Amino acid sequence: MSSERPQRVRVTGPARRRPPRARVHEVDAESRLGSLYLRALVREQWWLGLRTLALLMLGLGTLPVLFFALPDLAAVHVLGVGLAWWLLGVAPYPLLVALAWRHVRRAERNEDTFTALLEELDGPRSGGPDDGGRA
Amino acid sequence: MWPGAVAVALVVVATLAIGSLGLRLSRTTSDFMVASRTVPAFTNASAISGEYLSAASFLGVAGLLLTFGADMLWYPVGWTAGYLVMLALVSAPLRRSGAYTLPDFAEARLGSRRVRTICSVLVVAVGWLYLLPLFQGAGVMLGAALGLPTWIGPAGVASVVLVNVIGGGMRSITLVQAVQYWFKLTALLLPAAVLLAVWLGDGRPDTERLGRPDFPTDVLAWSNPLADGGAQGLYLTYALIAATFFGTMGLPHVVVRFYTNPDGRSARRSTLLVLALLGLFYLVPPVYGALGRVYAPELAASGESDLLVLLLPRIVVPGLGGDLLTGLVVAGAFAAFLSTSSGLAIAVAGVLGQDVTGRSWGGRRLGGVAAFRLGAVIAVVVPAAVALGEPSAGVATTVGLAFAVAASTFAPLLMLGIWWRRLTPTGAGAGLVVGGLGSGAAALTTLYLDGPAGWVGVLAARPALWSIPLATAVMMLVSLATQRTVPPGVRRFMVRLHTPEALDLDRG
Repeated sequence: MSSERPQRVRVTGPARRRPPRARVHEVDAESRLGSLYLRALVREQWWLGLRTLALLMLGLGTLPVLFFALPDLAAVHVLGVGLAWWLLGVAPYPLLVALAWRHVRRAERNEDTFTALLEELDGPRSGGPDDGGRA
Repeated sequence: MWPGAVAVALVVVATLAIGSLGLRLSRTTSDFMVASRTVPAFTNASAISGEYLSAASFLGVAGLLLTFGADMLWYPVGWTAGYLVMLALVSAPLRRSGAYTLPDFAEARLGSRRVRTICSVLVVAVGWLYLLPLFQGAGVMLGAALGLPTWIGPAGVASVVLVNVIGGGMRSITLVQAVQYWFKLTALLLPAAVLLAVWLGDGRPDTERLGRPDFPTDVLAWSNPLADGGAQGLYLTYALIAATFFGTMGLPHVVVRFYTNPDGRSARRSTLLVLALLGLFYLVPPVYGALGRVYAPELAASGESDLLVLLLPRIVVPGLGGDLLTGLVVAGAFAAFLSTSSGLAIAVAGVLGQDVTGRSWGGRRLGGVAAFRLGAVIAVVVPAAVALGEPSAGVATTVGLAFAVAASTFAPLLMLGIWWRRLTPTGAGAGLVVGGLGSGAAALTTLYLDGPAGWVGVLAARPALWSIPLATAVMMLVSLATQRTVPPGVRRFMVRLHTPEALDLDRG
């Protein structure tokens, strides 16, 4: 009827918010969030290191005090060899390897957590990749 | 006599041959200094261990155990535990810092030429303090084992090291060191197994049954892991623990070795392997110490206990068998002298090459490789000359002082530099100077004056327990007083030290 055609209208979605970015950016930009991530990692690794040293001192560092307090311990023999020679000549090495093993595993786990956290995309919060976060 | 001479000749030929394998591959400065960081973890761990196990471990520990007994077990325990401390606080971040040497680390972290210079002086001082007893010990060893005049040892070890370092630099040394770990382990383990078998065949005699009244230390003291009892003994034991636990990370040749790992994680993993390899090796010297007490207690009384490992096979096993075993341990000991002194020479030469011979002198300037080679000559010739003039021994004690100086200077610098953002150049410099002067004065007092009696002598003989806290406190207090000079790039540097390389971050 009407001879006038309806005017063409361009149909678009709502404007996208900023494109998703990995949180790596926060660290590079030295934002407060980035600083927080970095500080958390450094603190975690520092306490892990101190815990490893504490276990080391507990395992080996207490031996001199032990023999100082109980001098008779030096006369004790196990399988024909003095107790001190077992405690200082043999036992420390498996202990050191075990502590090192534990430390390496935990330090790598801390780093993996940090990497996963920073590689997560920090864009639209809702849902999976399909709906693209469109309202 | 002849198996020893043949064995030493073989070690020299093999060292130079493996070294020349690397020669064709070494072209750039980076090749020379860190083998271009392409060394796999197991090779690298073998190389770290091979370089680290010096004559102090191969000969000194068994001799000390023979003379003084169980409290000397703290030396090998501490030398191994030093790597755990390093793993816990230093190894991955240090590798990630991307610096070649300790002075490089200091300059990158603090941005100060002055702190760099102090570090360079300290690297050379610690390196020479360590090289000196090795060269002296080589003279004593070759004299006793082969009947050569004492000047041959320092001159021979110094020449082989120099040819190897100048020829191939770090890459050749890495291969040489890795092979030498396994060679040293064999050379110590095989004779020990034979000696144990003989001892079992003899019906497991002990000292009392053999009835040797001339032994200087009584049985109870010999099985007590405390030096000379009492409060001084307790202090000496803990000071030794402090020096060895924290000294390892500050030794210039150890630190340089970590830059050959490809990344921070592999630095950690090769440290773990190093702990296993060192533990395996250090199980053996106590066997020599204990059997020496049964078969050769007169060595302790005569002050020749450093030679126990070399002399015991021939004492226990007469005839050709004993000669062959002696040849093996002599070769192992010579390899131990070569490997550690090569590593130290590389580290000192690297620093001299960058900071002394690499500078322009009178308008002329040497290229990187030429400067490194000239640095190597200076690094080796100076301690060798001192060793020729003064061939005294006591390997493990002097090495212990090198550890104490390293622990009192570089250990606080590394730990605070890696974990504490507020460290300032002035604070670091002040701490390095105080720690270096304190522990250095104590070392010189102990080496050249007869240690004064009482507590003063005790504190000078093992300074680490007071000098490490002192240096750390000075670094922290002076830093807190100069907070306005915290270097501007510290945040970016922390990112570089602590974040895994897999993340694509701006590392400055």
